[in-house]
Amino acid sequence: MSGTQAVTATPVQVPKQPTATGSRRSRRLQHDPTARSPLWVRIVLALICAAWVIPTFGLAVTSFRQEDDAQTTGWWTIFTTPANFTRLTFQNYSDVFSQANMGDAFINSLAITIPATVIPILIAAFAGYAFSFMSFPGRDLLLILIVGLLVVPTQVALVPLLKFYGTIGLNGTLPAVWLTHIGFGMPLAVYIIRNYMATLPKEVIESAKIDGASHFQTFWRLILPMSTPVLASFAIFQFLWVWNDLLNALIFAGQNTPLTVALVRLLGQEGQGWQLLTAGGLFTMIVPIVVFLSLQRYFVRGLTAGSVKG
Amino acid sequence: MIKILNALIAVVGGVAGAILLYWLLNKLAELLPGRWEDRVKPYLFLLPALAAIGLYLVYPTIQTFVYSFANNRSTEFVGFENYAKLLTSKTFQNTLFNTFLWILIVPASVIAFGLLIATLADRLRPRGEKTAKTLIFLPLAIGAVSAGAIWKFVYATRPPGQNQIGLLNGIWTAFGGDPVNWLQISTLRFNSLLLMVMLLWMQAGFAMVLLSAAIKGVPTETLEAARLDGAGEGSIFFRIVIPQIRTTIITVFITVLIGVLKTFDIVYVMTNGNFNTNVIAVDFFNQLFTNRNNGFAAAIVVMLLIIMIPVLVFQVRQFRAEEAAR
Repeated sequence: MSGTQAVTATPVQVPKQPTATGSRRSRRLQHDPTARSPLWVRIVLALICAAWVIPTFGLAVTSFRQEDDAQTTGWWTIFTTPANFTRLTFQNYSDVFSQANMGDAFINSLAITIPATVIPILIAAFAGYAFSFMSFPGRDLLLILIVGLLVVPTQVALVPLLKFYGTIGLNGTLPAVWLTHIGFGMPLAVYIIRNYMATLPKEVIESAKIDGASHFQTFWRLILPMSTPVLASFAIFQFLWVWNDLLNALIFAGQNTPLTVALVRLLGQEGQGWQLLTAGGLFTMIVPIVVFLSLQRYFVRGLTAGSVKG
Repeated sequence: MIKILNALIAVVGGVAGAILLYWLLNKLAELLPGRWEDRVKPYLFLLPALAAIGLYLVYPTIQTFVYSFANNRSTEFVGFENYAKLLTSKTFQNTLFNTFLWILIVPASVIAFGLLIATLADRLRPRGEKTAKTLIFLPLAIGAVSAGAIWKFVYATRPPGQNQIGLLNGIWTAFGGDPVNWLQISTLRFNSLLLMVMLLWMQAGFAMVLLSAAIKGVPTETLEAARLDGAGEGSIFFRIVIPQIRTTIITVFITVLIGVLKTFDIVYVMTNGNFNTNVIAVDFFNQLFTNRNNGFAAAIVVMLLIIMIPVLVFQVRQFRAEEAAR
C-alpha cells in the first residue's frame, strides 16, 4: 500500500493485550457498554462510514452493469429505477479476462506474492532470535541500523538495482521481483519479529540451555512455535504490501504483469469504458480484502507489535 | 499455471534452501573450537538477513548517492549540477511545494479523523463499534491502485448535457452546478487536495486502530477523578486523554509522514503528476523512465532521504529510549 506500512519504533501506549478492532473490554471511557449511545454519535458515525464505503460500493455496482448503462447513467440510478436490476451482468468480468488479461495477471500476482511473503519469514526469524537471545559485539549498532532503515524510502535503491539486475540478466523475471521484495521487507520483518521475541520470557531459554539444548534446537523447538502470532502478522503485512505494490512491479516484473500493473494499464485507456475498469478494480482487490477480513486480528496485532512492552 | 507451479517450487525450494543454509551455518559454527563457536554463531544466524539488507538497501543507497553526482547515464561525474539544475527549475520547485503540502496536510488530518472516529466508535455498543471500525479500516487492504480505480470513478466527468456518471459530479450537478473536471483544477491546489483525500481514506483506519487502543488504555480512575472535579467531556478529552496518548499520536504521525513521503501510486495512477499535482516520488519515477536521467532521479531520492533525516533521528532516539525502559 503506497509504502505506508512502515511501522515506527515509537512506543505506543496500548493495553498489554493489544485490543483488536471492536474489543469487548468493559473499561471504556466512562460509558456503559450496554447503553445506547447518543443519537448524534450514531448519526455522525453512520455518515462517516457511508462516506468511506460508498465510493467502493459504486465501483462494485458499476462492475455488474452493462456497457451502455455504465457509460450513460450514474450507478446510483439503478436504485431509482429498480427495473435496471434485471440488467445486471457478469459480462464485464469475462471481458476483463479476455481483453485485459486479468486472469494471467491474477496468476502473476500470486506467483509474485507467495514466495515474496513466505521466504523472508524464516530469515527474519533467525535474525530476530540472534538479536533477542544472543549477545555479541555490535548488536545494538546493527539493531539501530535496521530501525533507521525502516524510514529509508526504498526508491533510493531502485537505480542501482536496475543496473545490477541488468548486468546479471535478471530484469523482467519473477526472481527479480521476489528478491527485491525480500530485501525491502527485511528491516520491517526483523524489527517486528525481534520486538516480539524480546517480550518472550528469558527463563524459557535459560532452562532450555540448562537442559543442554543448543541455540539451533531452542530456536526450532521453542522460539519459533512461540512466535507464530508475530510471524502471521508479518506475513499478512508483507502479503498485502506485495500484492498491492505497483512501483517494484512496474520496474522489475517485465512481462510478468501482476494485477496492479494490468489495472493501471486499463485505467490509462479510459476509452475501454468504466464497466471494465470497475470490474478490473474489484477483481484486483478481492484477494487482499478476503485476507484482511479473515486475518484482521493478526493484522491489528502486527500494527501494535512494535509497541507492546514486555 | 506453469507460473504458479514455479512459484510453489520457489516457496518450497526457498524455504528448504533457507533451512538447509541455517543448518549448514550452524554445523559450521559447531566445527569451531569451544568459545569461538559462541562468538561466531550470532553472526552466522544474522548473515542471510544482513546480506539481504546490505545488498538491497545499504549498498544501493550509497550507490545512488554517488550516481546523484553523475550524468544522466552515470558515466561521468558532474559535481552538484543535478542538484543545481533541479533546485533552480520552476517545475521541480513546484513538485517540492506539492510534497510539502502533502506533508503539512495529510498526517494531521489523518490523526484528526482517526481520533474523531476512535472516540465516537468507543461510545457504540461492541457490535456497532466492530462494524464501524472494520468498514473504515478496510481501505488499508484495498491498496493504492484499486483505490485509484475507485476514486477516478468518483471524480469522473462527462460533458455538460450528458448524464454524469462520477459520484462527485452527480452530486454537484444535482445541486445545479456545471460538471467540473475535478482533477484538472489546480487553483489553490484543489486537485492535490482531492488526491490527499484518497490517502486520508486509506490511512484513517490505521490511525483509528492505534489511537482507539491507546484511548482505551487511559486509566478510568483518572477520568472519574476529573469528572468528580466537574470537568466537562471536552476538557477531559483535550486535557487528559490527549496528553495521555501523546506518544501514540506521535507514532501515527511519523508512520503516516513516512507513507506520505513515499506516496507514488496514488498520484501516478490519478494524474501522473500532471495538472500541477506532481510529488517527489512520481517525479523520481518519470525522471528515471520517461526522461531516462539517472542523475536527476538519484538526486531526487537523495533529497527525499535528506528530508527524512529528522524523522530517522527521531525514530532511532525513540527506539533507544524504549530499549532503555525495557
